Amino acid sequence: MAETHSLQDMRQQAAIAAKVFIQRDYTNGTVCQFQTKFPSELETRIDKQQFEETVRMLNNLYAEAEKLGGSSYLEGCLACLTAYTIFLCMETHYEKVLKKIAKFIQEQNDKIYAPRGLLLTDPIERGLRVVEVTIFEDRSLGR
Amino acid sequence: MSAVMMTRKVRKWEKLPGKNTFCCDGRVMMARQKGVFYLTLFLIVGTCSLFFAFECPYLAIHLSPAIPVFAILLFFFVMAMLLRTSFSDPGVLPRALPEEATFIEMEIEATNGNVPAGQRPPPRIRNVQINGQIVKLKYCYTCKIFRPPRASHCSICDNCVDRFDHHCPWVGNCVGKRNYRYFYLFTLSLSLLTIYIFTFNIVHVVMRSVNSGFMKTLQDTPGT
Repeated sequence: MAETHSLQDMRQQAAIAAKVFIQRDYTNGTVCQFQTKFPSELETRIDKQQFEETVRMLNNLYAEAEKLGGSSYLEGCLACLTAYTIFLCMETHYEKVLKKIAKFIQEQNDKIYAPRGLLLTDPIERGLRVVEVTIFEDRSLGR
Repeated sequence: MSAVMMTRKVRKWEKLPGKNTFCCDGRVMMARQKGVFYLTLFLIVGTCSLFFAFECPYLAIHLSPAIPVFAILLFFFVMAMLLRTSFSDPGVLPRALPEEATFIEMEIEATNGNVPAGQRPPPRIRNVQINGQIVKLKYCYTCKIFRPPRASHCSICDNCVDRFDHHCPWVGNCVGKRNYRYFYLFTLSLSLLTIYIFTFNIVHVVMRSVNSGFMKTLQDTPGT
């Protein structure tokens, strides 16, 4: 019985004009990084700097997830000793950062992309292959 | 007046187009043919229970109680690794949604140009540079994606799996990026357990033979 429509509902009612796919950037090896090249389809919708900043931040988060340090080594050893049953109680460092990434994408969508009629999809939904940017039909009445 | 329609949310595993079977509300993911996996379970549990029933009482009294304790821990570790390998997602890559598939098709047509009818289209390859080397990424016709490096399509499970090693019928699942660690530990610990049981079988038989002769020993402990 909600009178106010949520942002999600509005998005679903809007028609999808196109989708752009940001591919993986393999120049530094097989670590999870995405290309920061600004796609031409988004030129009319969003600022180039803003978009590149989002992708750069995303790349940093993935680098943090895959970082190997003392804490990840200890986590691995402890897990092995307990026959990995410890992961029934706690989550891995990678999973924690994945949650952080999901929150980041949600935030970016709410603050920056939704007002411009765009939607970022979490790359984990696509198997860390692409960042899918959905472009909705521009229904702005000269706002 | 207002009818509240409770629509049950469709889970991702219910929509997965591959040939996997799921249990426990999506927590367990296996291949379709599970017969050999049950055989593996039976062999491991069977051998170990014979060991615990026949050897351990004798060894615990005459040698040390630490022997069966370590065997139990090792058995628990082997079972945990086996179940973890069999039940977890090997790293299945989701298939491309229709929009992405058309986007990739257009990209392929752009690179290959128009192929006259009747001629076989050239193989779909995407060249990427990884650390200065050119690596060819192959296109998967079933999943409609360009496979990332070291990914491969499993024909038994009908999925593209990241860092695909092989499909193991003994484990009833593919071995890929996400369960390689557990598979490796499973094979390692199982080898250790096998050697451990075999050694103590020999020790047990020798010890009993010294006391009462070889033939009587075999009569006393058929499980060995």
